[in-house]
Amino acid sequence: MSAHESSYNPTTRWGKWWDDRLPVARMMHGQFVDFPTPRNLNYAWTFGGILTFCLVAQIVTGVVLAMHYQPSAAEAFNSIEHIRRDVNYGWMIRNFHAVGASMFFIAVYIHIFRGLYYGSYKAPREVLWILGVLIFVAMMATAFMGYALPWGQMSFWGVTVITNLFSALDGVVSGLGTGITEWLWGGYAVTGVTLNRFFSLHYLLPFVIFGLVILHIWALHVAGQNNPTGLDVKTKSDTVPMYPYAVAKDAVGMFAFLLLFAWFVFFLPDYLGHADNYTPANPLVTPPHIVPEWYFLPFYAILRAVPSKLGGVIAMFAAVLVLLFVPWLDSSRVRSTKYRPIYKWCFWFFVFTCVALGWLGSKPAEQPYVFWSQFFTFAYFAFFFIALPVVGLIETPRVLPRSISESVLGRSSGGGVGVPVGAAAAPEKR
Amino acid sequence: MATELEEPTRRDFLVTAGNVFAAVGAASLLWPFIQQMNPDSSAQALASTEVDLTPVKEGQAITAMWRGKPVFIRHRTKDEIAKAAADDKAALVDLSARNLGLPETEPALDANRVKKGHEQWLILVGICTHLGCIPKGQSMQDVKGEYGGWFCPCHGSHYDTSGRIRKGPAPRNLDVPPYEFASDTMIKIG
Repeated sequence: MSAHESSYNPTTRWGKWWDDRLPVARMMHGQFVDFPTPRNLNYAWTFGGILTFCLVAQIVTGVVLAMHYQPSAAEAFNSIEHIRRDVNYGWMIRNFHAVGASMFFIAVYIHIFRGLYYGSYKAPREVLWILGVLIFVAMMATAFMGYALPWGQMSFWGVTVITNLFSALDGVVSGLGTGITEWLWGGYAVTGVTLNRFFSLHYLLPFVIFGLVILHIWALHVAGQNNPTGLDVKTKSDTVPMYPYAVAKDAVGMFAFLLLFAWFVFFLPDYLGHADNYTPANPLVTPPHIVPEWYFLPFYAILRAVPSKLGGVIAMFAAVLVLLFVPWLDSSRVRSTKYRPIYKWCFWFFVFTCVALGWLGSKPAEQPYVFWSQFFTFAYFAFFFIALPVVGLIETPRVLPRSISESVLGRSSGGGVGVPVGAAAAPEKR
Repeated sequence: MATELEEPTRRDFLVTAGNVFAAVGAASLLWPFIQQMNPDSSAQALASTEVDLTPVKEGQAITAMWRGKPVFIRHRTKDEIAKAAADDKAALVDLSARNLGLPETEPALDANRVKKGHEQWLILVGICTHLGCIPKGQSMQDVKGEYGGWFCPCHGSHYDTSGRIRKGPAPRNLDVPPYEFASDTMIKIG
């Protein structure tokens, strides 16, 4: 499966029996117990585990909610209230699921920014990165359809606005856009028919994501994790076994994340949502401000920044799909931004751009927000099409450490191996 | 050289305490996901059903719905009442009154399965206590079984004119739901 051979050695009869027939324990041991992990990983590397937890949590809470939810236009809103009021612990499970979606995106954005900062998309991890982008796209589709299900005002009108985007294709081929839109709707407008099919697909996609995640972890384990220096693993002392070191660090990160998760679930469950979604959907009344959930706001800002309908749609999709090309857009021979003094500014300005676009997406489509949306949309694409290709060519990277071990343990004779000078503790006995 | 009688170390304490805490945490996380499948408060809400008895003539029976279940309401004839009272002394399969308005220990006398002063009205949950079919006997043409009450066609359980199981695989008498006479012609079940 990967470069690392498992050192699993079954001693029990039971263990040997299974190892001969279906070596799951061998695989788990090789991939998650004595898998060599760079010894210098920081907490930004805990988000992969956190994301896996989020996926499982969303699936478990989602399956349970589906036992009580009714996917019809007449009953959906009421069934959510039934869950919140009548179902035992329904209020809690629903809060887990709704807040969980937001937490999922918080984690995925940190995870993506980590990948961009440390060059984790560069060879030989291009496919790993692309799988990640596909997971991200599937997550966005799942979240979009999930938000429709409560059938509140924001659910209904959000679906109407976003599915109407496809009608922009009428400008390319006459009738194509309307045809696609009506095919999506299953009618001539968003109705309960649309809701029903969104429920089915919302249930399906997380399992597609699950499959993509398995491929993602597989691709990761072939190349091994990147690390903050961006250097390749050269010797065994560059690494530590995943258990207990990376597992323990993952657990700490997970607990901090769960603390934040629980804070929202139990004290601020509706904070990340929109009050209008507690009004049942009314096809004849449009809310004054239609906004998607916070995690879509940057893309929403880009969509509205371009004055042309079709142009806005293309820009919005391009803003996501451009991520696929990052491994080839970046000209730098140095992986980690830690050693890229000029690019570092570009990166952090990009982060600021994303946050600014998010804030602007929540504002009405008026001046001065329109101007600044256009400014930051330009800045967003400039990062990918100017900063990534050009800066790598013109900057002088800082001096890299000679190895991962050296960056952690400091320079000692021979470099890279051995006990830190003056350390009182004996080397670890294994 | 480990000695078996060494004092537990601080590490032992921490590991054990940690594991106990994790187990408690896991159980408390799991419990709501199990409990959510139990009947919710809208199902538990004490929904009551009112039934008007005026159209039910002597010898006739109607079926009402209560909490999603069929309820047999039979206006018993004098013969049926007499037979039910006589069978109090017969060898009954189930000796408990199964009256949800009475304590469980009451014996299966006909008097314990009706209301005093309204002995002609027999009100039962119409679900066979074997595997849940609805027994026949409500309609005039129905087979009523060897004891004149009800007969369950699924596996051949016979109930008498007090709704008690007399023959067949069913283990318990038909349940008597909690009800009150709001007036002589109106009952409120539940």
